Amino acid sequence: MNSQALLSERTRQIHRKGATPLDLDCNKDSLAGAVSQRACVFCGSRVVLYPIADALHLVHGPIGCAVYTWDIRGALSSGPELHRLSFSTDLQELDVIFGGEKKLEKALLELIARHSPKAAFVYSTCIVGIIGDDLAAVCRKVAEKTGIPVLPVQSEGFKGNKRAGYEAACSAMAQLVGTGDISGISPHSINIVGDFNLAGEIWLIRDYFAELGIEVVANITGDGRVDDIRRCHGAALNVVQCSGATMDLARIMQERYGTPFLRVSYFGVEDMAEALYAVARHFGDEDMLEKARQLVKRELAGLLPQLARYRRALAGKKAAIYVGGAFKAFSLVKAFRLLGMSVVLVGSQTGTREDYLELERICDPGTIIVDDSNPLELASFLKEKEVDLFVGGVKERPIAYKLGVAFCDHNHERKQMLAGFAGMENFAREVHDSVMSPVWRFVPRRHKEVRP
Amino acid sequence: MSTPDFVATTNACKLCRPLGAAIAFRGIEGCVPFLHGSQGCATYMRRYIISHFNEPIDIASSSLGEKNAIYGGGPNLKLGLKNVTAKYHPQLIGVATTCLTETIGDDVPMLLAEYERETSLAERPLLVHVATPSYAGSHMEGFHGAVRAVIEQLAGPGVDNGTINLLGGFVSAADLRYLHRLCLDFGLSATLLPDYGDTLDGPALDDYPLIPRGGTPLSAIRAMGGARATVELGATLPEKSGGTVLRDSHGVPLHRLGLPIGIRASDALMELFAQLSGRPLPERLAAARGRLVDSLVDGHKYLFGRRALIYGEEDLVVGLTSFLAEIGIAPVLCASGGKSGKLAEAIGAVLADLPCAPPEVREDVDFHDIETLAEELGCQLVVGHSKGYALARRLHVPLVRVGFPIHDRLGGQRILHLGYEGAQGLFDTVVNTLIEWSQDSSPIGYSYM
Repeated sequence: MNSQALLSERTRQIHRKGATPLDLDCNKDSLAGAVSQRACVFCGSRVVLYPIADALHLVHGPIGCAVYTWDIRGALSSGPELHRLSFSTDLQELDVIFGGEKKLEKALLELIARHSPKAAFVYSTCIVGIIGDDLAAVCRKVAEKTGIPVLPVQSEGFKGNKRAGYEAACSAMAQLVGTGDISGISPHSINIVGDFNLAGEIWLIRDYFAELGIEVVANITGDGRVDDIRRCHGAALNVVQCSGATMDLARIMQERYGTPFLRVSYFGVEDMAEALYAVARHFGDEDMLEKARQLVKRELAGLLPQLARYRRALAGKKAAIYVGGAFKAFSLVKAFRLLGMSVVLVGSQTGTREDYLELERICDPGTIIVDDSNPLELASFLKEKEVDLFVGGVKERPIAYKLGVAFCDHNHERKQMLAGFAGMENFAREVHDSVMSPVWRFVPRRHKEVRP
Repeated sequence: MSTPDFVATTNACKLCRPLGAAIAFRGIEGCVPFLHGSQGCATYMRRYIISHFNEPIDIASSSLGEKNAIYGGGPNLKLGLKNVTAKYHPQLIGVATTCLTETIGDDVPMLLAEYERETSLAERPLLVHVATPSYAGSHMEGFHGAVRAVIEQLAGPGVDNGTINLLGGFVSAADLRYLHRLCLDFGLSATLLPDYGDTLDGPALDDYPLIPRGGTPLSAIRAMGGARATVELGATLPEKSGGTVLRDSHGVPLHRLGLPIGIRASDALMELFAQLSGRPLPERLAAARGRLVDSLVDGHKYLFGRRALIYGEEDLVVGLTSFLAEIGIAPVLCASGGKSGKLAEAIGAVLADLPCAPPEVREDVDFHDIETLAEELGCQLVVGHSKGYALARRLHVPLVRVGFPIHDRLGGQRILHLGYEGAQGLFDTVVNTLIEWSQDSSPIGYSYM
């Protein structure tokens, strides 16, 4: 790669499959001045808890943290939409000097009175960690006064990266778990953990599980409800997607209630089918397994001819992936293979060593694997590998577009359902419509090719 | 009325202070914006800015961790500066603080002075710093603060060079390009600061730009003290600004005007430019003005007396209110999350010679308050950035998108607000929005107006 784009401290976070055995540095603090694509602890907590639609989400801090996360995810709700509002204590200079606890208490009381939420999450931000407001004490006091759970989320931005935020979110949720009535829950019951109902995906997944005769106790957290989370310890199994974000909750529940968990992914045909089979196998129910087979068979019968059509156009095209959590990347690598495309670059903001080993295992030789990358690196990889399509989030989009590379948003702002079998068709269509657009012929990197 | 004793903010109508500084720094040639704070601030702001401009904006961060928050962020700040220099080869790094580093008490000017002593001039760019604690003021204080800091720290005394300084305020990329053109039309040699007209609205490229082309040249900034006048746009500017610094430290005469939105405000700027250049209104602009007036006559019936809500940054709200009132719209609520303390007076001034009833003017309000008030007052048109969409949808009133951010449409950076041409575009949009609204809600579906 262009040496200009790479700082020496970053070389150990970049690997090319085939050159040497994988020995990637990861899960470390972002390098100052490197323009990381990562956000902060607060961001991690906020995105995980955000879809809980009947809770009040109050950001205790100056205004920025709240405004930049207002209505940020396409996490849909089938009922209340309190999660789509942005609440802040909007700390001012005097609050910083004299402490923000009084303001926080008043803000909570007035917002709880106005909106009657089922619970309140109170997010700590950088500055609250510094001025030393006792968030937990204020939350306890307000919970006593209002009679609803008021949960502190210890998400001071500087305390680590997004992953630490996931942990803080899970600890906050863990305080709710176990406080609800679990009578009448089926032995064939699960919690859908780690799906955020972007574009309504969790509804589709719930339909699949319903067809298998499985009761879903709680969505955690897509289209989430406080009362469901309170009784989710009654479920027989946690089915965990997006393992980075919600794995801690599954572990806590395993320790506390003995609830086993399965790691699954709903993206791509193979992983979606395997998710259903794995759950059916877990319950050891042959009838359920047969229903899963029938479901997969039926869905594939509709889907595969469609995919074949897209595959004809897309075969041989090159894709790059840079996402928040590595787990999504596994499914995307497989999904691109199904479309006849090769993945030449794959990376994540918060992958672990195990994640990167798995990525190396499933990728083709020569594939670049990168941890906690940045715009200059990503741009240089896109150019070097002559990528046709880049999959990422909003912050990656202008990197691709500026270079005239097609782009698909596979992050939380998308409006398109990408999970499940229907989602795979949507994904294939979006990839196709992006790669096959006639506009690329005008961009500088292609311009030379079409000119006589 | 809404609940003024509420301490909580619901759906803020303002952004945080460092964001304004980052955008201003992006408007300087060869400059990398740098936030001294935790990694999330830079990433969130990038995401927010990208969603409006659809352009890359690399904002560096000192990425402070827990230890730095306890023992001080100096080492990370210096490491960050070193890494940005190595990767981006900037001419200037604009360092803005955040609430974290302001609260832990990092002395950024001192740290930068140390860094300058520790490194040689050959191996480091120029450094500019601005204090932008997010708990004091909004993105507008950050924007104006960064402009002032750049001038204070870079502009030299300079000999009389015959140019003018033009501080255009927080306007769109198209507006900045328009201001350039305007100066050319008048034959004025001008230093426009900041100027992200190209850096945040650039062409498709073969290579990812380390730093996008464009921006105010550093040589021009250094010479600002030698200009013969400063024109500073904005009706609610702080007492101490880039313009006052140039006046007080370098004796450059200062002319402050509101943003030139609408006929009267544009006339005021053209008159000033005519006076500064010694030339009459150029033919092209006279023609544009003529067409604008002609179209106002054509469309006046369709909007007279329509009740409008206007929100956003205070300077923009004053400009828009002035324009909407002069074409016959009735502003009923002018609102901002900012709190300069000058909004009501500025609104009063631009409406003084018009026969419209005084609107409610509110500073320091959030969208919850704005919606409550708008509902009480009754409004038929909403004018502001895209964060008012939810409110407009609930009130079942059309929204005309202007300003920043526009996250639910393409091309926010290409909306022209300023001058006769800007007023023409706004007028056509406003009148057609109202016509479309009545056409769509008519059972007949008239095919003529």
